[in-house]
Amino acid sequence: MPENVFIALQNTPEAQPIIEAIVADNDNAVVNESPGMVKIDCPKRLVLRRETVEEKLGQEFNLQDIHLTLISLSGNIDEDEDEFVLHWDF
Amino acid sequence: MAKNQRRLNLSQKYQLMTRGLDWETTYQPMDKVFPYDKYEGIKITDWDKWQDPFRLTMDAYWKYQAEKERKLYAILDSVVQNNSQQNISDARYLNAVKIWMQGVTPLEYAAFRGFNMLGRGFRGAGARVACQFQAIDEMRHYQTQVHAFAHYNKFFNGFNQHARIRDRAWYLSIPKSYFEDAMTAGPFEFITAISFSFEYVLTNLLFMPFVSGAAHNGDMATTTFGFSAQSDESRHMTLGLEIVKFMLEQHEDNVPIVQEWLDKWFWRGYRLLGLIGTMMDYMLPKKVMSWRQAWEIYWEENGVALFNDLARYGIRMPKHHETATREKYRITHEFWSTIYQFSHATALYTWLPDEEEMDWLCAEYGELFEKLYKPRYEYWRELDARGERFFQKRLPVVCNVCQIPIFHTYPDDPCKNICLVSEYKGTKHQMCSEGCKDIFDREPEKYCQAYIPPQQIYQGNCGGATLEDYRKWLHIRDEDAGEYYGSEDNQLWEKWQAEAARV
Amino acid sequence: MSIDIKTAAVEEKRITFDHIARKLGEGKKPNRYQEVVFGQQPEEVFHYRPTWDPERELYDVRRTAIQMQDFEDLLDPRQYYYATYVIQRSRQQESQEKNYSVVEKRGLLDNISDELKENIKKVVVPFRHAEWGANMNNFHISSYGFQTPIASAATMQGMDRLGNAQYLTRIGLILSENDPAILDEAKELWLHDPMWQGLRKVIEDSFVIEDWFELHLLQNYLLDGVFHPLLFQHLENHIVTRGGAAFAMLTELFIDWYAESRRWTDATIKVAIDESDQNSKLMQSWTEKWKPEVVAAAQRIADAVFADQSEEVMRSILDELDDRSRKLGLLN
Ligand SMILES: [Fe+2]
Ligand SMILES: [Fe+2]
Ligand SMILES: [Zn+2]
Repeated sequence: MPENVFIALQNTPEAQPIIEAIVADNDNAVVNESPGMVKIDCPKRLVLRRETVEEKLGQEFNLQDIHLTLISLSGNIDEDEDEFVLHWDF
Repeated sequence: MAKNQRRLNLSQKYQLMTRGLDWETTYQPMDKVFPYDKYEGIKITDWDKWQDPFRLTMDAYWKYQAEKERKLYAILDSVVQNNSQQNISDARYLNAVKIWMQGVTPLEYAAFRGFNMLGRGFRGAGARVACQFQAIDEMRHYQTQVHAFAHYNKFFNGFNQHARIRDRAWYLSIPKSYFEDAMTAGPFEFITAISFSFEYVLTNLLFMPFVSGAAHNGDMATTTFGFSAQSDESRHMTLGLEIVKFMLEQHEDNVPIVQEWLDKWFWRGYRLLGLIGTMMDYMLPKKVMSWRQAWEIYWEENGVALFNDLARYGIRMPKHHETATREKYRITHEFWSTIYQFSHATALYTWLPDEEEMDWLCAEYGELFEKLYKPRYEYWRELDARGERFFQKRLPVVCNVCQIPIFHTYPDDPCKNICLVSEYKGTKHQMCSEGCKDIFDREPEKYCQAYIPPQQIYQGNCGGATLEDYRKWLHIRDEDAGEYYGSEDNQLWEKWQAEAARV
Repeated sequence: MSIDIKTAAVEEKRITFDHIARKLGEGKKPNRYQEVVFGQQPEEVFHYRPTWDPERELYDVRRTAIQMQDFEDLLDPRQYYYATYVIQRSRQQESQEKNYSVVEKRGLLDNISDELKENIKKVVVPFRHAEWGANMNNFHISSYGFQTPIASAATMQGMDRLGNAQYLTRIGLILSENDPAILDEAKELWLHDPMWQGLRKVIEDSFVIEDWFELHLLQNYLLDGVFHPLLFQHLENHIVTRGGAAFAMLTELFIDWYAESRRWTDATIKVAIDESDQNSKLMQSWTEKWKPEVVAAAQRIADAVFADQSEEVMRSILDELDDRSRKLGLLN
């Protein structure tokens, strides 16, 4: 039964630390690259953590900044200061 | 002297900034202040339960959007300065961009106006504000697209008359009627149709592979506005999902109403996207992904997961989704064959796939393509070689719901053409599919109003009864339409290529 | 040293889109504002009648009694399209943000007198609801307004009003050190205090006006033309001259915003009045209908704040409004 959530980001230098953070925090994440964009699939739940992005970036990061590179997503969203979570609940 | 204040987090800040801004009116009844949000039968018991997941305040909105616009216009300016239209893969590609300007940009405009109405119409303040953000975003989208295409218009045909053909051309009735259908419905149906069915379920099929295709084909302008618009889209999609869940949670009586809308708008959206799939399969000289593959990823995987999640509310898969999936092997070929034969009545050029493309299509679509569509293309190629490029003399019969020429075949027999008829008040109405017939039969009063271009033309309401008259009425010249090879666009492109080779 | 790079000139086949050329005349290059406000609203071949207004078309010129040869004449002198608008606002908000955080961090509002604090609590903060009403009204105009120039400008005006309401909220929260009770108390006043009921009634009555041009005149001309000077010129002056200089740092943006937005309001009204006697009479009759109510609503607030100077304040506001009306042709 299909159960992936996904997030797609522009393939730009700004998105790089975000992509790395997602891969680091989600063991089952699968990264698909196509021209200009990166799509990351993950079964049921995918999390993006501010702290992990900051580690990769070496600077403070505001999670709302993902809107500058975000292309699309699928899943219910929970967002706060520290985490951006996509999930299916079935 | 620095002070120690209570620090607010994002959600507290948003809560406070919009806290209690709205109020129950007493000098005028609420039903008069919000006259449109009850007649569809959706029951909302508590608008305060509405949660905006992105919690945007105006200051954050201006900041982020300004940053996006600075980047976007820097690239649009550089496209102009560097004449980057010369860097695309091939001028055939531009026909996909023309479809965008003629058919999709008007949808952005319609979304802009439609969401304005919701931004005033919903009783709940939170939902209203979310729609206002979307309204101004959609305004952004149509504007950035007009600005991006203005440059292509200086060199290529098919862009200059877009404001006229947007309303008048038969094939552009497909997107136009789609959005007008939604806009003339009530606010809840509109948002289900657009934010949920179109944006959440289906636009991934439009934007992601297509914009990625633009990148692959060297079109910086489209890539940039496309991805930049898409960054707003993720907010819109979320609004769509949230509003659907909200309706379903508010009252059990809403469930069957929402289900009917999901059925209707899944099918209507799917039909519309057939046009986009055709752009992907046939108009991109460098391919990214076939329609079939996009359908498998974005519908069969992601779309179905979404419906699995909604099952807990008592929502089932949209009606006729099996048919849509079964048609994934044929829909774009049937569509391209149709545009190919009628492109002299459009502001587009069409052509037959070359050897390499034919191989790609065979690989992507397998046996069915090889058996049915390849021979058809080869036959047309022979005609072409004899100087008898094939065009239809009359306009096609179109479906009274989706407005697409009725070229479709039976789900279980791709060789047998389908045409279903419903009779309403003594008039016969033709439909392309069970999906469209269901839609007609549910609201015949609405669809019997539809403007059916071929009928109008033959009645002489479009400048005269012949195709020639019609084309003149559309302001389409001979040179803007028909076969790509030998066209003005083609000649210009060859000239640029020759010049580049000389340098 | 300069390097001469010769790029082959790429010959252009046409300057612009057909509908723009028809509008501006052959050979004229449009600017980016013109490119997006002309020719975008669908004009014909409407497929279905709106279920919410079956007597009319989806886009219908009859949603106002004002008549124009061409509703695309209702142009915005600021020439805002989306990009120029958000870039301008983000610049303004950046500098405004600095003011807010200085006042907040340094506690500059702490030392003003209790009387001035009361002014802010009872007059400035409740006005966020009026700005919210203006947000709704401008979204009515952008929804049913005819042609893109008015629809797009009203959309931006509507967003501005949400921004204004949020800035007023911030002023309250700075004063209360983020205690939301200040907002709840202000709402109580808005809903029940006699001082605010005149304004609340006009605004609620405006919510049921269908004619979008009448609403534009009432909201963006009359209501703003009286209440913005009242709050952000006279009340501000009142607070500043009594030891509340920091308050000016918080309201600067309202003064700038109003000066800017009235250029659009005036331009659109003037074009419609100049179009015909009939329009002019209609607008005058709307003004006669609404102005007394707006003025009476403002009077109540002026009386409460300015006591014996209230007459003088109102006189000055109305003189200025009348001057403006004479220039536009709203007043003979
Ligand atoms: Fe859009
Ligand atoms: Fe959108
Ligand atoms: Zn159909």
